[in-house]
This record gives sequence, structure tokens and C-alpha cells, in this order.
Amino acid sequence: MTIAGSLRVVEAGARVYRRTWRGSVISTFLNPTLYLLAMGIGLGELVDNGTGGTSLDIPYLTFLAPGLMAAAAMQTGAGDAAYPVMAGIKWRKTYEATLATPIGVPELLLGHLGWVAVRLIFVTTVFALIMTVFDATTLTEGMSAIAPAVLTGLAFAATVTAYTARLKNELGIASMFRFAIIPMFLFSGTFFPIEQLPNYIEPLAFITPLWHGVELCRGLALGQDFTVHPLVSVAYLVLLVVAGAWLAIRTLRGRLIS
Amino acid sequence: MPAIVQGARVVCSGARLNPDEDELPNNLHPGTSVNGSMSSSLVEARGLTKYFDELVAVDGIDFDVAEGEAFGFLGPNGAGKSSTMRMIGAVSPVTAGTLAVLGMDPAVDGPKIRARLGVVPQEDNLDQELSVYENLLIYGRYFGLSKNVIDERAAELLQFAQLEDRRDSPVEPLSGGMKRRLTIARGLINQPDLLLLDEPTTGLDPQARHLLWDRLYRLKQQGVTLIITTHYMDEAEQLCDRLVIMDKGNIAAEGAPRDLIERYSTREVLELRFPVGTQAVNAARLDGIAKKTEVLPDRVLLYTDDADFAHTKVLEVGLIPESTVSRRSTLEDVFLRLTGRSLVD
Repeated sequence: MTIAGSLRVVEAGARVYRRTWRGSVISTFLNPTLYLLAMGIGLGELVDNGTGGTSLDIPYLTFLAPGLMAAAAMQTGAGDAAYPVMAGIKWRKTYEATLATPIGVPELLLGHLGWVAVRLIFVTTVFALIMTVFDATTLTEGMSAIAPAVLTGLAFAATVTAYTARLKNELGIASMFRFAIIPMFLFSGTFFPIEQLPNYIEPLAFITPLWHGVELCRGLALGQDFTVHPLVSVAYLVLLVVAGAWLAIRTLRGRLIS
Repeated sequence: MPAIVQGARVVCSGARLNPDEDELPNNLHPGTSVNGSMSSSLVEARGLTKYFDELVAVDGIDFDVAEGEAFGFLGPNGAGKSSTMRMIGAVSPVTAGTLAVLGMDPAVDGPKIRARLGVVPQEDNLDQELSVYENLLIYGRYFGLSKNVIDERAAELLQFAQLEDRRDSPVEPLSGGMKRRLTIARGLINQPDLLLLDEPTTGLDPQARHLLWDRLYRLKQQGVTLIITTHYMDEAEQLCDRLVIMDKGNIAAEGAPRDLIERYSTREVLELRFPVGTQAVNAARLDGIAKKTEVLPDRVLLYTDDADFAHTKVLEVGLIPESTVSRRSTLEDVFLRLTGRSLVD
């Protein structure tokens, strides 16, 4: 395993992206704008004038923005690890082509995650800028959420890659978005504090990676108190990155080097 | 092990065109030194075995591939050709036996071996989202080549692959033949010591196929060592100096195409077609006309050194076949003789 090999895979990712950026760049700019408009400003005004104003202590838009950044990172991380990985393994077999060169499975996987990290930095930086434009946070506040958001995205990229690597076809990808990603998006503290959830569901939110990501982003950006120690959240997300990467390497090796 | 027949024999070839145009340029000549090791074999397999769970894909085969040789694996689907190729390509662990590729063990030195191989897989795995040139670029980068070196080689390789005017077009709309030529060009970007081609012309129309044969023939002439799998008899005859016939994971025979035909068949073959249902009855009356008679579901084959003479004898017996074909014996006949079945799958 060499770092140089992984970097070449990152480079290949960048070269492919130069051809395909148009599709994703729209969502990179448009999604944050639409969500912040609809939820942050539209819904936010109702929240701030209602009971939310007193229990949140800050404008709803400000509350929402860092959590939404973590959720956007989740979407990017999971998305880049789903269909593109399936294409590499099965549809276009580009992984097979790569593995016929000196590049091995560990380099391929780390290079893949490396490229997703680059994408995540771009997506979250754009997000921070849009947050600033909306006056949800200051630029410094927004920027301080970038690192935990990227970590959150990587936790999803690694675990979802491991998951996709096992799939026979794409049906499992749609199910994953339907039953894991979207529920997490809605119920992991992005749009409202999880204390609002029924008591018997609340503990479930603690085990979702997105909740830890949202906690870290919100805590670091807004200087709010953390529910659990931030290092616990960081450790949990790092563990997911490492375990996901390890599992993905094992699964890809079993599937492609057979 | 029969003695290795070095690249001397070239079977007649319509694909053999003016060898001086579009020559692979000198500096694209693959490195021919074999790491200073004394062995002249680029690939050496002894008792090579591959299992997939319970299934035996390759059942203890021995073979050597010499430098500069065009070596073929011929056999039907499922014979174990692709499994063998993947083991040589260091992307499939050997179950048992020994395998040395470029003097190294694939289990230990996989990346070092792959650095010196060119691989053209059965199914094109080009990056469809990239242009023709970009495919060569990212592939060259995987080998750690600098962009300058890649640019230089890409220009020459695109000329060789007759894709110069497609340099910047996307891969997706290219024809099957173009894609295959690009895949071959991609496999040459690292100036490999050994080029592995897994069924290079499967799925191509005859014209594209002949063009590809011509290109492969040129590579051969440049001294590139080729290993080719195919289930096309004519392809094996056209391209291979030496080949093994594989069947059910085993090697059924080994030799130069012409030698195999001489050893396992006759010089010519007369094919007779009788009305449905009368094949066997009529064949019984052909006794003694040919050295060997083979009754297939759709026709009767007479193995003989003189097909026209045999035809006269058939008419003398009073049989009037619906149609007759007299032809040169091919590897198909060898395969039939060795395995007792046609190579149709």
C-alpha cells in the first residue's frame, strides 16, 4: 500500500469530476439555498414567533444552518459511495481496470475516500458561504463547522461504500436512502432538538452518526453546550470511518480479487 | 513439456497488411529484458489450480510462455481460460500449484508484476465519462508515469489504434471495434513486457475483427509477447505461434496450430449434409472412404488428406448429399477430435 497510489486514485476522481461536475454543482449551491429559504426563513419565522423562540434562544435559521451542513455532508458522502461505487464494481467495471495496474484494493479504497473528502470540503465550504449570505451565522462560525461536517460525510462514505460493495444490484441503494439516510436526515436533530422526540425514540437518535455530526457542527459553530462530550462524538465518527474503510477493503477484495 | 516453438510460424493471414505503415514507433517497443533473471519464460505454471468454492476452474495445468511469443489459450466458455488469465494478471489468487510471472510470484509481488503487464479484458472497462485521451491519461497515471511521458506515448498509441481523430471525443459513442482498440492502446501505455488479451475480438463484426488482428499482428512483429484467450479457431490460427487447447480446466493438447492439426486431424475435411434423420444411416455406408468419420447432429465429417478424391468416392457409393463442403482442416477439428464435441458454446 502506498500513499502515492492512493493519490493517483484521488487524481483520477478529480479528472472524472472535471467532466461530470455540472450535475452535482447545481445541488451543491441550490440545495442549501432552497433549504435555508424554505425551512430557515419561511418556517423559521413561525418558530421564532411561537414557542420555539424561547426554547431555542437563537433564531431558528441560525439553529438550523450548521445542522443542515452536517446533513448535506451526509448526503454527499453517502451519495458518492453509492451509485458511483456500484458503477465502478459492476456497471462500468472501472475498478477492475484500475486493479489491473499496480494500484491495489487498499489504495483504490483510500483514494476513493480521499476524493470524497475533497468533494466534502468543497460542498461544506460552499455551504458555509451561503450560510453567511443568509446571515444565519458569521463566516467564521460557518467555517468552524466545516471540519466536523467533513468527518461526518466521511463516516457515511466509508460505511456506505462497505455496504454498496456487498450489493448485487442497485435496489439496495434505494432502500438505504429510504430507510436510513432520509429518516436520519429528518430525525437526527437537524431540524429540531431530539428532546422533542418521544422519550422512547430519543435514545435511538444518539446512535445515529448524523446526530453526532450535527452536535459537533452546531456546538463548534454556535459555541453551544454539547449534549455528550465532543470527543465522544469525534471518536464515534472516526471509528465509523476506520471500520467502514476496513470492511470496504475486505469486501471489495473478496469481490474483485477472486 | 514439448519444446517451445519460437515465433517462427505465421499462418496465412488476410490480416497481414503493409507492415510498414503505422508501425508501432521504436520507443514504444516494450522492454524485453526480463529483470536479469536467467529464465527465458515470462510465465511459468506448474500444477496451476484454481477453485471457486467447490468448482474446479483450472485443474492443475502446466505451461510456459516464452519471450516474444504469441501464446494462446483456446477453448469453450468455462474451460478455465479467463481464470488462468486472471491468475497471470495477479488479480486472482492461485489455489494450488506454482505460477511465476516475469520471474515473480503474483501472491508476493502483485503490484510489481502488474506494473509490467498490459491487460485487455474481455469486457471493455474504459471510463465512459472520459475522452479517449483522458482514458490513456488516468491509466498512465496509475502506473506513475508523468503527464509528459503519457502525452508522448498517447500520441503514438492513438495513431497505432487508428483513433487520432477521436482523441478528444468521449468514449461512449465509439464503436465496439474502436473501444477495443482503445483498450489495447491503454494496455500498452506502460510499455508492458507482456500483453494479456482475453477474447479480444468477441462481439466484434468481421471487419473490426480483421482490423484488430492486423494491429495485434503488428505488435507481435514488434516483439511484444502476447497471451491470448479465444474460442475462435481462426483467431488462434491467425495469431498464435503456440497454443494450448483447454477443456474443463485441463490442457487437452499443446503445440503450434499447424502441428496440432497435423497431429490430431488430417490435411483436409469433407463435410456432408444429408436429409434430417438420415445422417447416421448414410454415414454407415461411408466406411473406408476417409481415415476417420465423425457424425454430428447436423452433418457428417470425413477426415481425409484429399477431400475432392473422397467426394468422388462418396458419389461412387451412390450417396447424394444435400450439400458438401471441402475445406482445409482447422483447429475446430482438433478440438472435436480431442473432446468429442464441437466448439459451439
